[in-house]
Amino acid sequence: MSAHQLPLGELEQAYRRMLTIRLFEDRARREFGKGDMPGFVHSYAGAEAIATGVCAHLTNADMITSTHRGHGHCLAKGVEIIPMVAELYGRANGLCKGRGGSMHIADFSRGILGANAIVAGGVGIAVGAALAARTLGDGRVATTFFGDGATSQGVLHESMNLASIWKLPVVFVCENNGWAESTPSSYAVSVPRISLRAAGYSMPGATVDASDYEAVHEVARVAVERARRGDGPSFIEAVYRRIGGHFAGDPEGYRSKDDRRAARDGDVIPRTFGVLQSRGLDAAMITAEVERDIVARLDDAFAAARASEWPDVQGASNYVYSN
Amino acid sequence: MFTATDPTTVGSATMTFLDALKVALQACMRANPRVVLLGEDIAGGAGQGAPLEGAMGGTFGVTKGLLEEFGAARVLDTPISEAGITAATVGAAMAGLRPVTDLMWASFAPKAFDEIVNQASKMRFMSGGQTSVPMVLRMAVGGGLRAAAQHSDTHYALFTNIPGLKVVAPATPSEAHGLLVASILDDDPVVFLEHMALYTVRGPVDPSAGPMRLGELGVLRAGSDVTIAGVGHSAIMALEAAETLAASGISAEVLSLRSLQPLDLDGLVAKVGATGRLVVVEEGPARCSVASDIAAQVGELLFGDLRAPIVRVTSNHSPVPFSPPLEDAHRPSSSKIVVAARRTMGRG
Repeated sequence: MSAHQLPLGELEQAYRRMLTIRLFEDRARREFGKGDMPGFVHSYAGAEAIATGVCAHLTNADMITSTHRGHGHCLAKGVEIIPMVAELYGRANGLCKGRGGSMHIADFSRGILGANAIVAGGVGIAVGAALAARTLGDGRVATTFFGDGATSQGVLHESMNLASIWKLPVVFVCENNGWAESTPSSYAVSVPRISLRAAGYSMPGATVDASDYEAVHEVARVAVERARRGDGPSFIEAVYRRIGGHFAGDPEGYRSKDDRRAARDGDVIPRTFGVLQSRGLDAAMITAEVERDIVARLDDAFAAARASEWPDVQGASNYVYSN
Repeated sequence: MFTATDPTTVGSATMTFLDALKVALQACMRANPRVVLLGEDIAGGAGQGAPLEGAMGGTFGVTKGLLEEFGAARVLDTPISEAGITAATVGAAMAGLRPVTDLMWASFAPKAFDEIVNQASKMRFMSGGQTSVPMVLRMAVGGGLRAAAQHSDTHYALFTNIPGLKVVAPATPSEAHGLLVASILDDDPVVFLEHMALYTVRGPVDPSAGPMRLGELGVLRAGSDVTIAGVGHSAIMALEAAETLAASGISAEVLSLRSLQPLDLDGLVAKVGATGRLVVVEEGPARCSVASDIAAQVGELLFGDLRAPIVRVTSNHSPVPFSPPLEDAHRPSSSKIVVAARRTMGRG
């Protein structure tokens, strides 16, 4: 039971969003298995509460940077499914006109400054975006999502230091799924909790269980409000267990059965289902409704993407320069 | 503090390369509040408690005095964090600013390799043109200061090899001014390479002339026998060489390859087509140099019209040595350029 209870309607909405992300990711993984989606996909399954709970506090103008595991961030920030799926297939009508793919989805109209396939690549960019917001005095907040693996990158530490000395409106959100690809964070990270890093940069740090949506929502509220007030950056470590492999198709030979079971046991979707049920809602009916809706939309989106035009090869070098 | 460089008082005047850069920064900052400066020591402690008169204003003094006019919110001293600063520059550019970041020595730029190679240069492309990244990365290149291998790099080719970047290397105070204004106005990331030996060189600058177009050649000297195209300081060495050549009856044209990307290949081909001979000079290491690239491109287009093989003059393919005679042997020089030009004339 979360210490912070949200109004029931708000929790129900969050559940719908999280379930939408889960169903999108399950579908993307299955479709990827058919072999006609280029590149790789990395599933956000298990982390839905983080993107949903953080983006609940962000406006369209607020900016985020995302990761190779970024579909959930996009959906939580409001990206339209049809151009998003078209981008996964590298089509001309994709969000990035087929120049990005799964690992580089960007939608600047919604403040998504791009998924970034370099680990920690988006962290410093968000700090710069926050510098722009502060310089222009426009009240925007920047949020950067990254994994536990990114906290071993030098640029993350440089960026946290910069954000702190300049008191920038930025929220660092570490999605700790326990694995940097196949290397466990219990081995690769020198502190028992990654949020302890925050103290080294004089910013508040909190660790939160990402299977508890209301808890994530609350720490995110505090961090975003602090940034919005001009009081500076915060660091959130949201802990979950990666439900699938590093990428779609990863056999996960490095992972114990216990660890996989722990991931299933700590799954935010059934947990939130249970919370809704315990507070008197018909969670099964809500689930069925979301499934009906999203399955139909995904059917359409995947069919449309496969039927969409490839980009014109004459334009293979377009968009490199502005002029 | 600013009397010598204030555009309201200098007008069209003779000034140093360094002051030409300062005047360009000042004019752009006055014209657009979105232009901000970042870098290590660029305010030099001023605004953080240090006395203004003692403040550094960048290692070479290019930004000295700008803090007084524009304040600490627009002239930001940074920690020694090249990766973090460059990443922040990319993000700030995508979110509405026009940052100009001083990485100090080009030898430090590799600390920010990901931010330059994967972030700044690719954001526009990967997003399908949704964003642009209007930023300038200033850095000092070149040898001659006996600064040894980790403070003397001339990375012309390294940056030119990265699609998505524009790369600029002025040779004169006038080019420094016009190209820096153009780089700040440009919507793409520009790597702006300032040769250290040029900072104190004086020359005419007309601040009212505004930006020079990127993607053009500079013609520093007219000549009819051989074209010598140099990058940055190498173009100035080529001018010296041209004097020597003139004394032995060889008329050398000297071009400044001031915009490496975009490159005015058509203009260069027209020039070389007229003389039939080309020497390309740059201070970077020999392999895969800008000189090699230009020799290949011009050679492909003009093979049948050339009167002699194109000759490249570069540094040795080695890190820059410390000891003065070794460094002098390592780098291009006007005498090496003279030898190269004479070779194209069959007088080797």
